[in-house]
Amino acid sequence: MNLTNILNVNNLSKTYHSKNGEIIAVNNVSFNVNKEEFVGIIGPSGCGKSSILNIISNLDTKYKGRINVNKNIKIAYMLQEDALFPWLTILENVLLGLKIKKQLTKENKDYTIMLLKKYGLYEFRKIRTLAVKPDILLLDEPFSALDYQTRLKVSDDVYKIIKEEHKTALMVTHDISEAISMCDRIVVLSKRPSIIKKIYDINLENKSTPILNRESPNFTYYTIKLYGRR
Amino acid sequence: MSNEQKKYIFNIKLKKLLVLFTQIFILILILFLWQYLSDKKIINSFITSSPLKIIKTINNLYMQNNLFNHIFITLKECIISFILTTIISFIIAVIMLYNNFIAKVIEPYLIVLNSLPKVALGPIIIIWIGANQKAIIVMALLISLIVSIQNLYNGFISTDKLKIKLLKTFNASSFDILINVIIPSNKENIYSTLKINLSMCLIGIIMGEFLTSKAGIGHLILYGSQVFNLDLVMSGIFILTIISILLYLIINTIKKAL
Repeated sequence: MNLTNILNVNNLSKTYHSKNGEIIAVNNVSFNVNKEEFVGIIGPSGCGKSSILNIISNLDTKYKGRINVNKNIKIAYMLQEDALFPWLTILENVLLGLKIKKQLTKENKDYTIMLLKKYGLYEFRKIRTLAVKPDILLLDEPFSALDYQTRLKVSDDVYKIIKEEHKTALMVTHDISEAISMCDRIVVLSKRPSIIKKIYDINLENKSTPILNRESPNFTYYTIKLYGRR
Repeated sequence: MSNEQKKYIFNIKLKKLLVLFTQIFILILILFLWQYLSDKKIINSFITSSPLKIIKTINNLYMQNNLFNHIFITLKECIISFILTTIISFIIAVIMLYNNFIAKVIEPYLIVLNSLPKVALGPIIIIWIGANQKAIIVMALLISLIVSIQNLYNGFISTDKLKIKLLKTFNASSFDILINVIIPSNKENIYSTLKINLSMCLIGIIMGEFLTSKAGIGHLILYGSQVFNLDLVMSGIFILTIISILLYLIINTIKKAL
């Protein structure tokens, strides 16, 4: 694997203010993401995992700390909800990001149609984001709305698409085994105010797709280790 | 197509026709009864007028008194105030959408202005602006603007947050969000606001013409009631009905074109 560091999160802190007081969601979190790496962030509910993604994707601009992104690296937040615009055709829906970014060239359009043909209409949520040719994909609890069997299947599909298109991924989840089966590295956060407890490198034997990874001999080793950490 | 399907389609068409015929029948029945009762002197046609008298009055207006001038003046006032209302309320609603501070500040003013009977402001309008067409248009604006702003703004703020978030993930600007989500997803709301604006403007124009006017349908009605010519009053109301139907049809055509 090419270990070029493309995203750098330095001493990130996020505080939410409300009438009833302030909540420190993220406290001094630092980690790196390397090119074509699949990084997971896990931690208990409400520990500020989503806040980190919102900040990296620029949806939230009020924070302390620094986010360094390498030159020419594009980040895209992959929305998991349908959010289809019923007044547009499915193709127009998928091309929406390009339209907003004013990059609706023939070449980009053909690329998107190629993706649609390759992965099928059902994958429009992913293709909508892939169409703008991002380098890093941010995924926030991507499979939480699905039943267990679909979840396994879809995580396999997402993994396949990300690897085939040579993308880097940063995924937030609270499912430990899902994280182990998909990620190369896992950042474990503590309860709020969340600090990094530990960063694990996941070195599974015979690493392949997420479903098969679950059968890897040291899958259980990591599961026990991570459960213990919480 | 199977026989059953044909029968089903036929039944739907039949029901539609039946509704239409009944509607027309009721209208004819009312007109006929009205005419019959006044012919037989069962009701006093001096007070109630009658369909034939209305037709005669309209014809007289046409022959001597420039009927189309009155219609044209009222229509012109109505269309000007409708366009102004639509543009101004749209701009204000968009400003409120993007500036929470302004929205919060003007909210109580809108509520108070909305509940105030605008006709009470009539004398002030005439003193400030003068007894002219401008005063009539201002009256119509006062009546229609607030409702229009509230309708549009409420529609805008209830736009699906997820769709807005999706566009934000692509770094969309506020303008992109307005054009790509807020307006298209509010199409139905905008259309129904236009319809309400139209009837509100017509109400405002007639109210304004009651206050001060030298011509127009409102002027005809007011003049008719002052000289106790109920035929003229009824004719004015009849013309007004036709105008509002026509304007409604225009809006409908515009909707279909969009």
